[in-house]
Amino acid sequence: MMIADWLEMAKADAEGRGLPELIPMLDSLAQATERLRAADWNDDASKETPFDSAGESAGVAQGRPRQ
Amino acid sequence: MTIAEAAPRLSRGALKSEKLTEECLSRIEELNPKLNAFITVTADLALAAARKADQDIAGGRYLGPLHGIPVSLKDLLDQKGLPTTAASLVRKDHIASADADVTASLRAAGAVFVGKTNLHEFAFGTTTEDSAFGLARNPVDATRSPGGSSGGSAIAIATGMSLGTVGTDTGGSIRIPAAACGIVGLKPEWGQVSVAGVVPLSRQLDHVGPLAASVTDAWIQYNSMLPRDRHAAASLEAAPLQGLRLGMLTGYLFDRLDADVERVTLATIESLRKMGVTVSEVAIPHATDMPAIYLHLVFGDAAEYHARTLVSRPGDYTANVRLRLEMARYVLAEDYVRALRGKAIIAAEVDRALDGVDALVLPSLSIPAPPIGASTMPVKGGPEAVRTLMLRCTQPFNLSGHPAISLPSGTTPAGLPIGLQLVGHKGRTPALVQAALAVERAIANAG
Repeated sequence: MMIADWLEMAKADAEGRGLPELIPMLDSLAQATERLRAADWNDDASKETPFDSAGESAGVAQGRPRQ
Repeated sequence: MTIAEAAPRLSRGALKSEKLTEECLSRIEELNPKLNAFITVTADLALAAARKADQDIAGGRYLGPLHGIPVSLKDLLDQKGLPTTAASLVRKDHIASADADVTASLRAAGAVFVGKTNLHEFAFGTTTEDSAFGLARNPVDATRSPGGSSGGSAIAIATGMSLGTVGTDTGGSIRIPAAACGIVGLKPEWGQVSVAGVVPLSRQLDHVGPLAASVTDAWIQYNSMLPRDRHAAASLEAAPLQGLRLGMLTGYLFDRLDADVERVTLATIESLRKMGVTVSEVAIPHATDMPAIYLHLVFGDAAEYHARTLVSRPGDYTANVRLRLEMARYVLAEDYVRALRGKAIIAAEVDRALDGVDALVLPSLSIPAPPIGASTMPVKGGPEAVRTLMLRCTQPFNLSGHPAISLPSGTTPAGLPIGLQLVGHKGRTPALVQAALAVERAIANAG
């Protein structure tokens, strides 16, 4: 889900549940999520095949050379 | 009195645990109404345990340096027969059916439990202001927060209400209150000390460890928290300062500091350099991503644990903690998984920063203890949210899982404590504590 759509739905949900105080907090969470998704270590499925397994993500960050 | 001072006297009968325990209970009676460090005080149980310890020691059954020592537990850890409130009305009817692993280990080492300490509700905060049992106050300046979430534990040590205490640390909750109250706090390596019987905040990031009056006292408690077959040497030798190699984390982790924290930290590092410590500059390349990684992990985990009671008993949470938990429920699975990958990347980058050095050095807390109720604090670069500032220097090592220790390094002109943080290699917590002991002595000599 795109962040803008998620944020709109989350705010409507919070309003509907009688928690309007959540709305500015959700804006902060959305900013953090944008930051997370923009990080340069995120995968791009059109680019190089990942070299790490699910339990071995650190291998990527260690810059381990491809065999 | 410290554990290290009391233990030899207890062992030879020159000091009685009953007297020591009575002194701690008197301190609690005197100071707790003002500082609110304890949620539950177990005076009768403690005195009975102290008398038993005295009898056992007199009978030649001395168990080691925690035998007969008054110890408190953050009220997030189970102690059999007592409530574990987590500072929340959500758990007001809870009674622990068994000791947490750590409680059992300390009990087996002869610790005398004097009570359960106050905390930020469910450990979900850094100030110990949101507690169903009322906010806790800093013993140095009662208008300020003691830090959190293990705020009550830090107060207990700083005021002599107990000689030892156990805290938990998910984003800094041992090291932050230790720095704010002027004591020592050790977050062991992730997974080293059992979290069984401890109310979780984030199972990915939770750590259990000691707060103490000195590095040696932290070591004594830490050692007793480990499974028996993993105990290290009982005595602690300081690492030689000459040749000690520290990596100073520049950039993000020094960017948003209070002016006094920056001045004292840089002066301490310079002083260590003059004493023969080698200091090199190192960095964590993705440091700026850490708050977002941390937020998504702790929110995802907390939302999972609290999902049922947020629906069934929302009014039993304090308002602020409830709102943060409600916000946590909006984290998407995709972003939680992304944060797990980020966590692994940060761990590898901390490993790389440690290449060629014995420990990393940085402040424990970007700011001195904040005034109660403050939402922002002034730091280099402009005001920033208190919660963000308090987590900034500690959360990296919850993500990475490396052992880290906070020790007092000085004060502001107003007398508020400032903490220095050392971060060690995985698998080498004893070496980290040895380095911390050397730095503690160097700071004392320089002062």
